[in-house]
Amino acid sequence: MPLDLNAYLGIEPDALKVYSQRAEVLAANLANADTPGYQARDIDFRAALAAAGSRGDALQPAPAGAGELTLAPGGTESAPAAEGTVSTQQFLKYRVPLAPSLDGNTVDSQMEEAQFAQNTVRFQAAITFLQNRFSELTTAITGGQ
Amino acid sequence: MALFNIFNIAGSGMSAESVRLNTVASNLANADSVSSSPTTAYKARYPVFQAIQSSLMSPGAAAGSMPAADAAVQVRGIVESTAAGTASYQPGNPLADANGYVYNSNVNVVEQMADMISASRSYQNDAQVLETSKSLMLDTLKIAQG
Repeated sequence: MPLDLNAYLGIEPDALKVYSQRAEVLAANLANADTPGYQARDIDFRAALAAAGSRGDALQPAPAGAGELTLAPGGTESAPAAEGTVSTQQFLKYRVPLAPSLDGNTVDSQMEEAQFAQNTVRFQAAITFLQNRFSELTTAITGGQ
Repeated sequence: MALFNIFNIAGSGMSAESVRLNTVASNLANADSVSSSPTTAYKARYPVFQAIQSSLMSPGAAAGSMPAADAAVQVRGIVESTAAGTASYQPGNPLADANGYVYNSNVNVVEQMADMISASRSYQNDAQVLETSKSLMLDTLKIAQG
């Protein structure tokens, strides 16, 4: 029975890509925390992962829950990502500011820090899942020796 | 890989915040400088931050669409405060003008201290982002090592 490594690893590699791109967006928000007129953004993670996971993996992200940050639609709607790629550009949304400031900057440093920390933990969780997958494979190959 | 870009983004943020700290240091150091005319009196200096996109727009993107994710910071320039400074009557001061007045800088020390704390916190945020991204990349490298 041949092993399809992509199917075996599941959604985690795609999730890692989305997490790393989300980390980039959040880092940009934090770096621009003092830039007048800068509008904070975030990735619509659910949509991005759903697009990544719709390539044949069975796993889908959980439905929307309470207590999540609201995002305003930004940019224009575009076609879903091409087969085999995860592009998060189309999932970038502007954050709805909790407390707008006079200089037009919508970055809330504490909020972004918290989101960055959460993203980091999820990134590490995905890595841990992948590590377990690979050690399962190693066990199967070596027969537990 | 997106995580590599974070080094540029957070690095640009740290660089911009250090320019801001520099202006604060300069303003605080000159808070008590006096001059013989209002035009040559020291004026508080402030950096102007601006977001830059290294890959500005994806090719063919419509105007007004969402810019790329990687928004670094640059210091667009340094501006001088236009607030009015005070004059004080010090006839014995060698810098005093014909009427015996010297002109103080328009630096607001309390505002500068608050600015310093803000810049320092932002710098720490960026440094923390760098540190976290570095450990994430190192973790990623070790995925298949058991």
